[in-house]
Amino acid sequence: MKAKIVITPKKAVLDPQGKTVQTALEHMGYDGVKAVHVGKYIEIELVGDAESWWPKIDEACHKLLSNPVIEDYHFTIE
Amino acid sequence: MRFAVLQFPGSNCDQDCVHVLGNVLGQDADYLWHKEESIGDADAVVVPGGFSYGDYLRTGSIAQFSPVMNAVKAFANAGGLVIGICNGFQILCETGLLPGALVRNRSLQFRCETIFLKIPTADSPFTSEVPEGRLLRVPIAHGEGCYFANDEALAKLRADDQILFQYATETGDLTDEANPNGSLLNIAGICNEGRNVCGMMPHPERASENVLGADDGRRVFESMLRHLEAKTGVGQAATAEV
Repeated sequence: MKAKIVITPKKAVLDPQGKTVQTALEHMGYDGVKAVHVGKYIEIELVGDAESWWPKIDEACHKLLSNPVIEDYHFTIE
Repeated sequence: MRFAVLQFPGSNCDQDCVHVLGNVLGQDADYLWHKEESIGDADAVVVPGGFSYGDYLRTGSIAQFSPVMNAVKAFANAGGLVIGICNGFQILCETGLLPGALVRNRSLQFRCETIFLKIPTADSPFTSEVPEGRLLRVPIAHGEGCYFANDEALAKLRADDQILFQYATETGDLTDEANPNGSLLNIAGICNEGRNVCGMMPHPERASENVLGADDGRRVFESMLRHLEAKTGVGQAATAEV
């Protein structure tokens, strides 16, 4: 069982990496790229049942894995 | 006065801070390993620059959970003086002792250069010894120094005069050109609501001796000393003897 966590910069925060990747994609000729956001993907291998892990992973995301001032997160446990 | 300079795995400005506080300013300055659970009898704490825990995950994010940080939080919440420089600023933000966060420089470049700082207020234990209108010339060296806080937090910083250092031109103008990392409001350093915790990206400890090109950084440490002396009465006693 794994928790799969995706962390992205909040909309209000400057994302120069995303902008740079967007520019590169446009230079490559990909039309219609509206925006790019570069974030993080974290996998945590777990033992136990998903239901009891859910609040703990949520807490870990809030306290350590993301910084709520600048980042949003969402995750699945499967 | 006794200063505790924290050491995390990856700190690399700790020796500079101990040198300036001890050899240049003649104070007691000791290293404090991150596994310690007490800051002992220190009068002030310095969280130095570097790359604590390799900057893994986010800058400063792992260091906030070091045992010593619990002691630093308790010390700060009791009114103790704490200054975080560069990575130390990032750690204090992650710890929640200071509002906001530091993100990747807008240019995506690591910026290593000397900049000018405007000091919007002398009303703090970190800026009181900076003459009014005087700019400080100090170095920066960081890749993630772009200060961000939401609108509400920024408004509060302004309203309560918590912005202590801003990137400026040589003539003191707050322009985009003078801003090396894209920080909101050109913010280079702030203090908390209680004014006893300060974080700044520039390195005052690297500009505290003329032999190194500038000694403007001393003003920050001297401000802390004046504050501590006033608090303990040491300064008054010395003046009385004179």
